Amino acid sequence: MSDPLELTGAQAAAAIRAGDLDAHELFEAYRARAAAEELNAFTWVGEEAPATDPDAPLAGVPFAAKDLFCTEGVPSQAGSRILEGYRPPYSATVVRHLQEAGAPLLGKTNQDEFAMGSSTENSGYGPTLNPWDRTRVPGGSSGGSAAAVAAGLAPWAIGTDTGGSIRQPAALCGIVGLKPTYGAVSRYGMIAFASSLDQAGPLTRDVTDAALLLRHMVGQDPNDSTSLPFPDPIALPTAQRLDGLRLGVPSELSSDGIAPGVREAFAKTVSLAEELGASVDETTLPHAPHALAAYYLIAPAEASANLARYDGVRYGLRVDGDDGLLEMYTRTRAQGFGAEVKRRIMLGTYALSEGYYDAYYGSAQKVRTKIADDFREAFDRFDFVITPTSPTVAFTLGEKTDDPWAMYLNDYCTVPVPLAGLPAISIPNGLSEGLPVGFHVIGPAFSESRLLDAAYALEQAIGFDGAEARA
Amino acid sequence: MSTPELEAVIGLEVHVQLATRTKMFCGCPLSFGDPPNVHTCPVCLALPGALPVLNGRAVHYGVMVGLALGCDIAERSIFARKQYFYPDNPKAYQISQYETPLCTGGHLGEVDITRVHLEEDAAKLVHIGTSGRIHGADASIVDFNRGGTPLIEIVTEPDLRSAAQAREWLMLLRSTLRQLGVSDVNMDEGSLRADANVSVRPAGTDALGTKTELKNMNSFRFLERGIEAELQRQRERIASGAEVQQETLHFDPQSGTLTPLRSKEEAQDYRYFPEPDLPPLEVTPAMVEAARADLPELPAHRQQRYEAELGLNAETARLLAFREGLGPWFERGLATGAAEAQTLATWITQDLAAALGGADPAGSKVEPEALAALVGMVNRKEVTASAGKAVLEKLAAEGGDPKAIVEAEGLGAMGDGDELEGLVQAAIDANPDAAEKIRAGKQQAVGAIIGHVMRETKGRADGGEVSRIVREKLGV
Amino acid sequence: MIDRAQVEHVARLARLALDESEKDEMARELSGVLEHIEKISELDLGDVPPTSHVVDVTTPLRADEPTACLTREQALDQAPATQDGGFLVPSPGAAPA
Ligand SMILES: [Mg+2]
Ligand SMILES: [Zn+2]
Repeated sequence: MSDPLELTGAQAAAAIRAGDLDAHELFEAYRARAAAEELNAFTWVGEEAPATDPDAPLAGVPFAAKDLFCTEGVPSQAGSRILEGYRPPYSATVVRHLQEAGAPLLGKTNQDEFAMGSSTENSGYGPTLNPWDRTRVPGGSSGGSAAAVAAGLAPWAIGTDTGGSIRQPAALCGIVGLKPTYGAVSRYGMIAFASSLDQAGPLTRDVTDAALLLRHMVGQDPNDSTSLPFPDPIALPTAQRLDGLRLGVPSELSSDGIAPGVREAFAKTVSLAEELGASVDETTLPHAPHALAAYYLIAPAEASANLARYDGVRYGLRVDGDDGLLEMYTRTRAQGFGAEVKRRIMLGTYALSEGYYDAYYGSAQKVRTKIADDFREAFDRFDFVITPTSPTVAFTLGEKTDDPWAMYLNDYCTVPVPLAGLPAISIPNGLSEGLPVGFHVIGPAFSESRLLDAAYALEQAIGFDGAEARA
Repeated sequence: MSTPELEAVIGLEVHVQLATRTKMFCGCPLSFGDPPNVHTCPVCLALPGALPVLNGRAVHYGVMVGLALGCDIAERSIFARKQYFYPDNPKAYQISQYETPLCTGGHLGEVDITRVHLEEDAAKLVHIGTSGRIHGADASIVDFNRGGTPLIEIVTEPDLRSAAQAREWLMLLRSTLRQLGVSDVNMDEGSLRADANVSVRPAGTDALGTKTELKNMNSFRFLERGIEAELQRQRERIASGAEVQQETLHFDPQSGTLTPLRSKEEAQDYRYFPEPDLPPLEVTPAMVEAARADLPELPAHRQQRYEAELGLNAETARLLAFREGLGPWFERGLATGAAEAQTLATWITQDLAAALGGADPAGSKVEPEALAALVGMVNRKEVTASAGKAVLEKLAAEGGDPKAIVEAEGLGAMGDGDELEGLVQAAIDANPDAAEKIRAGKQQAVGAIIGHVMRETKGRADGGEVSRIVREKLGV
Repeated sequence: MIDRAQVEHVARLARLALDESEKDEMARELSGVLEHIEKISELDLGDVPPTSHVVDVTTPLRADEPTACLTREQALDQAPATQDGGFLVPSPGAAPA
């Protein structure tokens, strides 16, 4: 048979089930590639293949997990030096679910520290490179997972999305990334960035793989009070046409600040959607331009509390001083956290501090209400809302590290979605300047199966080929 | 112009550990006195990625307390993160309730309740002095067994007017909570802890003076002494023309002194915000009803019932109702039908209390049924009042059946038959002087003869009957 | 706009040591970000209810049944310093601030 590393996850699972492929050999082949990779996509690679069951739903096809998923006995550092060498005594629910479905863990992937970033340059373990062009970033914060899947170092991977951290790197690496409805996937064991926004989701070579992986990730977890039962099992997509589908293009997220090449690819995909039978009209999300501001108050505020536990007492780095507890705290945290994490802790602490809460955090929560209202109104008229995923293609390493707001603008199109708790998928829809562009489809809560179906029909019509990055 | 009298204005913040089986947000069992760090999990150690899940029984207990105190129970209450760094606070935030607590309003006795909310306890920090492991520094050890224990915090209005009243009220609260069965409410073990907000103001005004917060008063006596000391300090400051500073003070029971806890430049800012890991807590009507169904009768209700249904006077009713376990003990005795309510109640609150030297009747060797039987015998004059006291002493010391004691000791009252007549005649014969005085009209001389008879009968004779016979025999 | 003194105050709340040059840089960067963020103050949000939980659900209640704990060895395994079965820390100078 052909190169097993060219198979998608679903194809590999089918081949194993049919007896045409040995799961152990598949793991070994990926393990060898992952161990030898030069993109700095992995922070840890498994030593040997665990025994797997070919009859299990995922049949022994291994997966890569973003570093921030706690994995029992395996380094789980969330890309931070403050957790260097940290090996948790328990595994994240979603990791357990995938393992129970028959997928062994191949390795842990690099990420922006505590998922704070859009380029993976904020990792405490060095940046990950984009397999399409090694002078460029893979996006972030799930850049390691995106690069690993795009480069064929893993059949598929999981990441997390807080403001765009699955969809944006998927777009910049030419793969599929899906952020589920808030509450669909358990957050238990996911090292938290912003609790009211974080969601785990799949990063895969195609839409079918995203559906298959997601099917085994969702479900209510008694250990996560914000998780919800998923109404119906995730269906594998089959749609060839989009007849009768109403797609809305929000004017606020499709013109200003979008690179010409990205706009062009978007317009082409819109035409394809119409050819497939969809109707496309302009819509409006009036508060979307304020989403970034709301996000950069809410997420840092929650993060400032979530990251307060890194205090040098129970795990991770500790730097003792000569002057007792206070100095131990401040030195540990000063040395353990990177610059972007410190900035966001400062911003979040400031936004919650006495005298500023109402103007900052309180207002941001109100903007959040307005953004959710905007989407609700849009979904009264449209099945889905579509935008480009990222305003630009992959940028060069170091290009935006000196200007935080320029970096934050990467999430301009993706950030309104988690504020409203909605699901969204990014699929590759062509190249601009030789680099992948992403197409972003946003749906109402728990519309994942329909979203995947529509994305699948578009994927067939687009015919994007990512083989170049795997070469 | 004379200095106006300064009256005390005191409010309490009381933390109560709930007697659930497991912690507030994880399934670790509660423990006391176990070796360190054997009851922990990712949640209560605040490991990365761990999330809280609320203990349903803690909510049930919280609602019971709210109902018992007559609070409004919020249909929806919100958990919030209260942020501060400290080694016993592993997340560096305590999950508590802030703007929207579980219970608001209500009162207990004369004191209004501001709020009752749910939160989690801190871990235990043990100071060990210098350690070789930390260069040049004083070290402590953290034990997370206690961390995450369910707490309710009860905040009162500043309705208390003296240290003694604060102590009394806290005892009433303890008694109420113990009867509810929601906590061990033990100050020694820290399951009941009280902080006090203390200020003074010119008597009769509504003004609120600057208050100080007193911590670490870990017994009823220390609470009273601590408040007393602080009131005196504030009064002295004001008398000397100084002002009271708003600060938190730590009470040292050894020296009886109060020392400031925090330096002033380090103002606290807890940066509360809604806990994103926990959606709002909904308390349904069914949950409220379930809590109401689990409420036992509370002291204030019990007192009312004793007054209205049993006709007890207010003071006796209060004494029986407010001492833990005493009401049911009294009612067991009453159920025998052997004694009338007010008489039995008086015996319990006065005679028995004296015989036991203030010890708890319900914890004594005296069975309530036995006491009721004794009271019945006295009422029927089968035993004289003074012999009854003797039997009571015996019961208090050894327990047992009053009838058996009466028989064994020969304490039964003597009838009005020949035996008593003979004894009286013998007493007259033995006290001729007294007899002569009585004949001469000195009534009070009869005491000598009665005393003689009582000595001979060990108090079994009825004094009234004896003096009747004496008068009869001497023709007066 | 956030000035150097505010940066020092916030860094203290957040328990972050910043050296002198970091304080200036932090003030400059945060001010730059806040300049964009503060645009939300232009919105009329008077009677808009805040959203803290995007999904309108209530919290589930756990049965009060004990579950397995970590062993003490597991609990202390990743700790930087331990002694006598506990986590060793420098003593706090004063109680919680
Ligand atoms: Mg409290
Ligand atoms: Zn626990």
